[in-house]
Amino acid sequence: MRSLHAFAGGVHPLGNKNTDVLPSIHLHGFSEVELLMQQHIGPPCTCVVHPGDHVDVGTLVGRADKPMSVPVHSSISGTVKEIHYVVSANGTPVEAVRIESDFKHTINPFCRPPKVESFEDFIQMIRDSGLVGLGGAAFPTYVKLNPPKNKMPDTLIVNAAECEPYITADYRQICEHPDDIIDGILCVMKWLDIPKTIIGVEDNKPLVTRIFSHELKKRVFKTGKHPEIEVRTLKTIYPQGAEKMLIYTLTGRKVPPGKLPIDVHTLVMNVSTLRFIGLYLKEGVPLTRKRMTLDGSALNTPGNFIVPIGARIQDIIEAAGGTREEPKKIIMGGAMMGVALDRIDHGIIKANNAILVFGSEETTLPPESPCIRCSRCVASCPMDLIPCGIDKATRLRDPQMLEKYHVMDCIECGCCTYACPSKRFLTQSIKNGKIMVRAERARAKQEQELLAESKQKGGSSS
Amino acid sequence: MKLQVSNSPHVRDKATTQSLMLDVIIALLPATFAGWYYFGIRAVLITLISVASCLLFEYISRRVMKRNNTLYDLSAVVTGLLLAMNLPVSLPFYMVVIGACFAIVVVKQMFGGIGNNFVNPAIAARIFLVIAFPKAMTSWTVRTGAWYSLKSVDAVSSATPLTSINSPEAPSMWKLFIGDKAGCIGEVCIVALLIGALYLLFRHVIRPWIPLAYLGTFTILVFLFGHQNVFDFSGNLATLEGWQNLFYECCYMLLSGGLILGAFFMATDYVTSPLTNKGKLVFGFGCGVLTFLIRYYGNMAEGVSFSILLMNILTPHIDDWTMGKPFGEVKENAKA
Repeated sequence: MRSLHAFAGGVHPLGNKNTDVLPSIHLHGFSEVELLMQQHIGPPCTCVVHPGDHVDVGTLVGRADKPMSVPVHSSISGTVKEIHYVVSANGTPVEAVRIESDFKHTINPFCRPPKVESFEDFIQMIRDSGLVGLGGAAFPTYVKLNPPKNKMPDTLIVNAAECEPYITADYRQICEHPDDIIDGILCVMKWLDIPKTIIGVEDNKPLVTRIFSHELKKRVFKTGKHPEIEVRTLKTIYPQGAEKMLIYTLTGRKVPPGKLPIDVHTLVMNVSTLRFIGLYLKEGVPLTRKRMTLDGSALNTPGNFIVPIGARIQDIIEAAGGTREEPKKIIMGGAMMGVALDRIDHGIIKANNAILVFGSEETTLPPESPCIRCSRCVASCPMDLIPCGIDKATRLRDPQMLEKYHVMDCIECGCCTYACPSKRFLTQSIKNGKIMVRAERARAKQEQELLAESKQKGGSSS
Repeated sequence: MKLQVSNSPHVRDKATTQSLMLDVIIALLPATFAGWYYFGIRAVLITLISVASCLLFEYISRRVMKRNNTLYDLSAVVTGLLLAMNLPVSLPFYMVVIGACFAIVVVKQMFGGIGNNFVNPAIAARIFLVIAFPKAMTSWTVRTGAWYSLKSVDAVSSATPLTSINSPEAPSMWKLFIGDKAGCIGEVCIVALLIGALYLLFRHVIRPWIPLAYLGTFTILVFLFGHQNVFDFSGNLATLEGWQNLFYECCYMLLSGGLILGAFFMATDYVTSPLTNKGKLVFGFGCGVLTFLIRYYGNMAEGVSFSILLMNILTPHIDDWTMGKPFGEVKENAKA
């Protein structure tokens, strides 16, 4: 069934899904990994290993003892070498554990399929598995699955849109493990008591729709009834997979700015996240490996690879076949929202789903020219904002004007910058604008507090 | 290894300012060629002089203001072409150069160059010329000799269709459509203009909201309040002929003057028209109303130019009024 709603805006970048027919390959033999203690949105976890300790695959390395934090487990077996601070790919200093491999790949004997008997068990299980949102946001899954009691979801939306160019990791996930995905969906539906699930798939991936339909038919054969899961095709347009856009196209509900999907009684989960839940129920090994797409003209053999979390990007590129020309730009994540890296010794984290190694043919940085007010950015904005106006306000350093243009509602999808014929860095400008607005809000708050304080003082002295 | 670091997104659309301007030039060519055909070799010279002097003034003013050279973005060519299309063929050449100078130096570069002019340079230059040289700008000639003959300058002066609607020598609808009439070089051949407009719409260079609102508003106003209107209760509309006259007036008003050129090529100018679709509709509506008022109640023939110019000036305000709510914004959540 086709979806009825369509959001305004969006762009059509070249799909470049070059790797969609290539089966995923397991990469082993990394001599060391670097595990960051913060691989999620939330406070970092506490390191519980010491240099010299022996760890197996699945051994707890970082304990989650604060709310919103998620444990980190060792992804290889070997010896802890060093605990130190590194600068993560997004520029913040983070504690990291360097583990040297013994190349044995022994799995921690305590890893066994979890027994889930209650909702509390289920949430604890999800937290212990180290699962975060694997679509890219890295939001702790156990928090998402434990909404306040007055806001229980009535619809589970499975994000299989994968609208970013180049990335096919979710696509391969679906092709290779549809049964685990359905298991994961049924588990979430069972424990959260969600009556209905919608899987959203872009219409450039007809195979995915067929795989899911086939898998659901198999379930009917096994259990005698069709699970309440529906597969819907979505228009192929970027950013179809953005949470707010996906909820709107599938249910017609609009998530207000600053609110979460749960505020419209919807739960959005990525297929890879659900597949991991299905897998964890069967095997009980925490999240230690990640499927990611490696693509770009500088690579010898683009494809999908399953790599241990913490493996260094340079090692992954080497293990995946190396480069055929000197890379000009290396992007962690997709071409529309990924981060361009300045060095490639970062260990990958749970939410990474692609490394793009661009050669000279893809790497372009056209010079900026003046805005001609062509309004392509306005037409392409899925959030109905005015990117060129925000750009102007940022350049004028005017927080009031930025607020007027609703800068904080931007989802940073990059459509405006993609569409701009003057090649202006609108997304960058908007990100800077957000920083200005945050600073201004903090300043205003402080001012108010000081004012209140001085009033109090004045009142007491008189 | 030296890696390039830049903010996302890392892929860009192929369209550039230059490619958009090139599309506009391509779209203007059919009407330009038609103008050359109808007005002869002098029209070719006016076009060339206008484009060349726009480029020259652009180069000189950027040089004098110590700014980077912007000839390559082709916007000066578009201005030159549009200006030439808005001039009568008999205009002395030096006036063309003055017009180009006003458009590029005063209207465009003094306000900061491409993207910063608050009115359309070609329209401003046309109005400047009309005010400075009213006689030269309103003497309409039709070609008498062969197309390559410079003689057309001396040809009989003729009234433009707009001023001759009630006279017996008013041109037929077909002549109006193919362009066999008096008028400015680029505005006469409606069919060529429409081909260019379709090209722009098809290539997504312009969106249809401004022309639709403009032409729609104007037609409805002529239909309701024209010389022969639907509120005419004197009995004229009791006959088929009365209705025919009414429709004739509507079509006549649409096809004559610079309305089609203005609606598709001048009102849709990026820099001086609103950003949102709602704003574009308001802009087109305003142009339609003003054009109607000036054509029916004003004493100048410059309805299209003046209405677009006035709406250009209003554009920043229209942008403010029509700024929509972000996706998902609800009333109780909206900021005061």
